[in-house]
Amino acid sequence: MDNNKPYIKVENLKKYFSTKRGLLHAVDDVSFEIKRGETLGLVGESGCGKSTLGRCLIRLLDSTSGKVLLQNPEGEGYTDVTKVSAREMKELRKRVQIVFQDPYSCLNPRLSVWELIAEPLIVNSIYDDKAAMRKRIRELMDTVGLAERLENSYPHELDGGRRQRIGIARSLALNPEFIVLDEPVSALDVCIQAQVLNLLNSLQKEFNYTYVFISHNLSVVRHVSDRIAVMYLGQIVELSEYKELFANPLHPYTQALLSAIPVAKLDVQRERIILEGDVPSPIEPPDACRFAGRCRYAQEVCHHGTPPLTEFAPGHFVACHFAGKLD
Amino acid sequence: MADNNLMLDIRDLTIHYETDSGVVHAVEGLNLQLGRGESLGFVGETGAGKTTTALGIMRLIPNPPGKIKSGQILFDGEDLLKKSEAEMRRIRGAKIAMIFQDPMTSLNPVMTVDKQIAEMIRLHRNVSEHEALKQAGDMLELVGIRRERMHDYPHQFSGGMKQRVVIAIALACDPELLIADEPTTALDVTIQAQVLELMKKLKQQFSASMILITHDLGIVADICDKVAIMYAGRVVEYGDKRSLYANPLHPYTIGLFRSVPDIDEDVDELPVIPGLMPDPMDLPTGCAFHPRCSMAEECCSRERPEMKELEPGHFVACPVRARMLGQA
Repeated sequence: MDNNKPYIKVENLKKYFSTKRGLLHAVDDVSFEIKRGETLGLVGESGCGKSTLGRCLIRLLDSTSGKVLLQNPEGEGYTDVTKVSAREMKELRKRVQIVFQDPYSCLNPRLSVWELIAEPLIVNSIYDDKAAMRKRIRELMDTVGLAERLENSYPHELDGGRRQRIGIARSLALNPEFIVLDEPVSALDVCIQAQVLNLLNSLQKEFNYTYVFISHNLSVVRHVSDRIAVMYLGQIVELSEYKELFANPLHPYTQALLSAIPVAKLDVQRERIILEGDVPSPIEPPDACRFAGRCRYAQEVCHHGTPPLTEFAPGHFVACHFAGKLD
Repeated sequence: MADNNLMLDIRDLTIHYETDSGVVHAVEGLNLQLGRGESLGFVGETGAGKTTTALGIMRLIPNPPGKIKSGQILFDGEDLLKKSEAEMRRIRGAKIAMIFQDPMTSLNPVMTVDKQIAEMIRLHRNVSEHEALKQAGDMLELVGIRRERMHDYPHQFSGGMKQRVVIAIALACDPELLIADEPTTALDVTIQAQVLELMKKLKQQFSASMILITHDLGIVADICDKVAIMYAGRVVEYGDKRSLYANPLHPYTIGLFRSVPDIDEDVDELPVIPGLMPDPMDLPTGCAFHPRCSMAEECCSRERPEMKELEPGHFVACPVRARMLGQA
């Protein structure tokens, strides 16, 4: 397989929801690429469209326009996920999976752990042979670190960390290539969070999974990602290799976001940029830089036309007229 | 600590929830002191008993099933546990105020925000409705909400603004002690930064003491003076923020610090504390942390560890560490 070709190419993806007050631009013209085996972190605050984008990528939501090109299994050409028929999508779902945020609500409370993990295997009729399926479920439980004795437990009997492991086992059941992780550790305490992050990391090493990791927690995203995309009101405002993004944030929103992270250390000198006001409404936004209204550097030009995402330095994309010229 | 400077002194507080399936040991023999004007960060994981302790101070433990089994909560030298319900009602809001985690549910949805603030003022002060509403407007301006919006309903405000309203209510009667239970957990980081900045400013302006309950060590580093780390119903480490952050001593605290991904450093694998929080219905004997502790010795499963002052003003409940530091 040609490793230099991107595994996923997203081109001008848009997702609008119609509401009583007009079109809500949840994802507004987003383009990026992901390589095989890479983790792309997707950060932003509530309502910025990161979860909607994640769902459009694996077509849990139909996008309004744009393409999501997924490399074919032999590395030959691409399939546009947004265009395939329902029957083709069912096949494709074996390759693309999602882990949801809330391990308390995404599991059917009336199914046992064993049944929950068996479900994707049964739905896709993977095994004719019961014994083979049993073996596979054991294997999956092993992989994610669920003890065998929990087979017959129900979700309510388990803690958040174990429940999230069930969610992960379900998404791994069909040997996917690409997994969207939608805030997989947000509902967990730090100690459990660390355990789940380590698990995801070791799974990726073992099976060469490609991840999109959605989170609002920047320290977690930094820990897991190879590259990070920062979203604001439906658009990617900055995209870069993770170290570069933290060392040299170019977009004023990224700068404010990074400065707002509470750090568990004393004597770190950080200038805290406090943003005024709240995120504006994503309904019928004006054709302007979405951040202009809260930006302390905003000039006249920022209120006319959306600044495009441009490559400022190799691999470092930013959507700001004044990138690199901010003081 | 001079005694007249001591605002809150919790001694051997034990709170249980007596349920049909057993007794939940939410808080077990907790000791804690808070000086006037100090702010204390109260850190622990879900189920450690942080919120129960706070509700205990307010005497708001739901009963049944909750029950304060023993202990004293001395506030300005008087035991809150001996107060009558009527006396408590005069203290709540006026002397001790509380901010809850979720601003969406702690406001009355069918009452304009100025009335909600005025309600608090009129409960504790003998002022006219008109005067109370005027003060409510002042409070809103203080927390950064324009006066024009005082007649709005909670749903017309964003999450961060709602939490500002809640803070305005809490501070309306100039309390001596403010208990904030995860005040920013429901908010986004940039909004969280706004609210924390506001709380820092107001704390100085009102010279109130504060207990900040959180699971985020970063927030504590930002706004507290003292830190108490709680595990399974007990404080395992307590000290000045500087001393504790520079040199965490209890094995649990060390594990907690390590399991947070570092914003400046790369690690391949996060160090984890093995195992899970113990079941509060069935706490391990001795030190509740011993089954997960890498330093545990035989004595840890037998004796409940005492808090010892291992560094000036830095208390740790771990005999093994105490011996290591030559202070057994």
